[in-house]
Amino acid sequence: MNAHHNVSRRTLLTGGLATGFLLAFHLPLRAAPNEPVQPPDVTDGKFAPNAFIRIDADGGTTLVMPQVEMGQGIYTAVSMILAEELDADWSKVQLLHAPANEKLYGNPIFIIQATGGSTSVRAFWKPLRDAGASARAMLVQAAAAQWGVEPASCTTSKGVVTHKASGRTLAYGALAAAASGQTPPKTPALKDPKDFVYIGQPFKRLDTPDKVNGKAVYGIDAIVPGMKFATLAQCPVFGGKVGKVDDRAAKKIPGVRQIVVLDDLVAVVGDHMWAAKKGLDALDIEWNEGPNAKINSKAIWDDLRAASAKDGVVARSTGDIAKGLASGEKFEASFELPFLAHATMEPLNATVHCKPDSCEIWTGTQIMARVQSEAAKAAGLPVEKVTVNQHLLGGGFGRKLEPDMVVAAVRIAKQVDGPVKVVWTREEDIQHDVYRPVYRDTIAATLADGKIAGWKYKIAGAAIIARWLPPAFQKGIDIDAIDSATDVPYEIPNVHVEYVRAEPPAIPTGFWRGVGPNNNVFAVECFIDELARKAGKDPVAFRRGMLANQPRFLSVLNLAAEKANWGQPLPARVGRGVCLQPSFGSFIATVVEAEVDEQGEINLRRATSVVDTGIAVNPDTIVAQVEGGLIFGLTAALYGEITIEKGRVQQSNFNDYRMLRINQTPKIEVHVVKSGEAPGGIGETGTTAGPPALRNAIYAATGVALRRLPIDRKLLAAGKKA
Amino acid sequence: MHMATVLTINGEAKSFDAPPDMPLLWVLRDVLGMTGTKFGCGIAQCGACTVHVDGKAVRSCVLPVGAVANRAITTIEHVGSTPAGAKVQKAWLEAEVIQCGYCQSGQIMAAAALLATTPNPDDSDIDAAMAGNICRCGTYVRIREAIKHAANGKQS
Repeated sequence: MNAHHNVSRRTLLTGGLATGFLLAFHLPLRAAPNEPVQPPDVTDGKFAPNAFIRIDADGGTTLVMPQVEMGQGIYTAVSMILAEELDADWSKVQLLHAPANEKLYGNPIFIIQATGGSTSVRAFWKPLRDAGASARAMLVQAAAAQWGVEPASCTTSKGVVTHKASGRTLAYGALAAAASGQTPPKTPALKDPKDFVYIGQPFKRLDTPDKVNGKAVYGIDAIVPGMKFATLAQCPVFGGKVGKVDDRAAKKIPGVRQIVVLDDLVAVVGDHMWAAKKGLDALDIEWNEGPNAKINSKAIWDDLRAASAKDGVVARSTGDIAKGLASGEKFEASFELPFLAHATMEPLNATVHCKPDSCEIWTGTQIMARVQSEAAKAAGLPVEKVTVNQHLLGGGFGRKLEPDMVVAAVRIAKQVDGPVKVVWTREEDIQHDVYRPVYRDTIAATLADGKIAGWKYKIAGAAIIARWLPPAFQKGIDIDAIDSATDVPYEIPNVHVEYVRAEPPAIPTGFWRGVGPNNNVFAVECFIDELARKAGKDPVAFRRGMLANQPRFLSVLNLAAEKANWGQPLPARVGRGVCLQPSFGSFIATVVEAEVDEQGEINLRRATSVVDTGIAVNPDTIVAQVEGGLIFGLTAALYGEITIEKGRVQQSNFNDYRMLRINQTPKIEVHVVKSGEAPGGIGETGTTAGPPALRNAIYAATGVALRRLPIDRKLLAAGKKA
Repeated sequence: MHMATVLTINGEAKSFDAPPDMPLLWVLRDVLGMTGTKFGCGIAQCGACTVHVDGKAVRSCVLPVGAVANRAITTIEHVGSTPAGAKVQKAWLEAEVIQCGYCQSGQIMAAAALLATTPNPDDSDIDAAMAGNICRCGTYVRIREAIKHAANGKQS
């Protein structure tokens, strides 16, 4: 998702920059297992000029992370941006998870305290640079005052202020007390990017050393003294309720301590997960399935197809679409994407201790403050009585932009004496996800003289933004659903884009790494390939012809074609496919090379991406995100589909909701273009790129124009024709 | 109902009460508080729970503790004390393999077991040893690269 188009950039953070000390509680990254809770941070005696920076008398530099670490390397990138403008001594940098505090740590793009949408660097680039530069200016002022010199005559580097003329130096630690008394500058002077010493260098990640030896603490690893363990079952039919529960057999299982029966779920509490799991299996639960038991995938698709035939809300109209569609030869197609589960490697979990007047939570979430407020509602407590202890996330992908797993754990914990860790089984995790919605896109386009004259594009799908960020849902348009549809890179004289809001019945839908752009880039790039073929042109050459005034797109496309050996001969049933995408503020071209065997099975041979993401804060992380994103997207293209029968999800675990594995992984090359432009987003880009590039490779290899994911092998067996 | 079980974990004798059918994963995590070994699927499909039993990579989520008495169990917390494990950990950091890291305990245990028996694995050895370990972040390219680096720097 890419919410920056319409959401105002009200920067809540500026309020936090100039104010005094911040009292907060936090978790050091290096907490040993069994010690997830740390005493509240004491900022006395530290230079703590804003929400992000504290420097102690020894020069120890603590940086508070406003965005959460779920693998995307953001803790390191955020620290590099702060340290750059602060001229901090990198060897003295330590990190803390930010507490729930929307005012201090709200994402300037979403306003709320959320990590998602490939926004972290884009949203915090300016506030973090300001925070670092402001703190640096105060340290310089303190040193200059002590020496009786002009601040402008002082320089900083690696945590030290230097007055060159006299050769005097003062370390930041020695200035901590004096700097606290300085007035922050109104507009701190930022570095010229050419003077960056940290940004742009391939820095080692700060979070990975503890991830090779079992020391890193994820939410599921929280250990609270005296806690019990629970697992839960929600009604297999969405929206269904608990009827009768026979717990006689479950209670006889050693280690089972308690059965918690709520209106919509049942949990078994035990001495360990094994007892809880066995106890749950032994329960005889009769569910009141309710009206949703009739829902199935076929009906959902019938409804979506009917909805997509209707007129939508106009999201963009340029030129004269009626004229455009009347010029030249007209082609039409529709593209469909399925429900998807997130399947983060760390199954959903939350540890909760509810007392009569307080509630403490240990988890890893993408939405700290919302989790706190939703937990408060569930606990029936004022929000300030709820403490959320943030942890590393074992994957997020949008699933942990929802609070439901924490709310369920709080409701269970209210019935339990003492702390309880609630862990979902993988089956529960897949069958009670908040799914990437089904989408259907229809495109009508005309070709005149080998170029696109008219382009009418209609999206039909759920409006996640309307539920998740209501103020951003304006005039019936979901800004995420239309992302990358209204801003296609190609020069087309007559463009018309519509959005039809179509909510599937009962199935909860939410963000899933890439969401709107995944859908739109898939449909757009697949259809562009079909039009290239109609026009008798090479897919890269056809795109190039529409990019005369788009130098950044043109440059990544040309480089990707070169690096991927575009145009060089390939064996039979092997093809290359290209994808060019405008998503998340980055400019990316990808070529996938794949083979389709006689049975229609796919062998991924190679993937090449060229990325122009503006200033690359930590270039190796960008490469890693695109590599991993491609795998995530290719996994979905090859296998991903959640289907519904009798109101239930039919998939349950990795045996029937498959993932790409190492033996199927192609060679991947990612080239990052050097750029001085403002940073773009990167976390979701590879996911968006993989499926259309693969589909176009299959189109090139077989002539079969697939229009639906996941890839249907039956359509690709030898002998089948387009 | 419970009987006292004694297991040798990371060279130390650990005694605890647990039913013999309880998978080793839950003993490690929930009884002994050794949370480096991860729960991913519970059905030996993802490899997040991989540990070594007598040096072999096994899925602890389906391994009853009753079946591993008198066997040497090694977990991620201790694998760095084996030559292959130390090499793998170092190579993992040098290649910056890790993203979220949740599956990486299992990946590292699988890779260390591979290198202990096959010091210079080729691509098909790596595929065979590592295909049981899912990484949702998609770090497979770097896992392959890191294993090759760990194999005494030899490229196959």
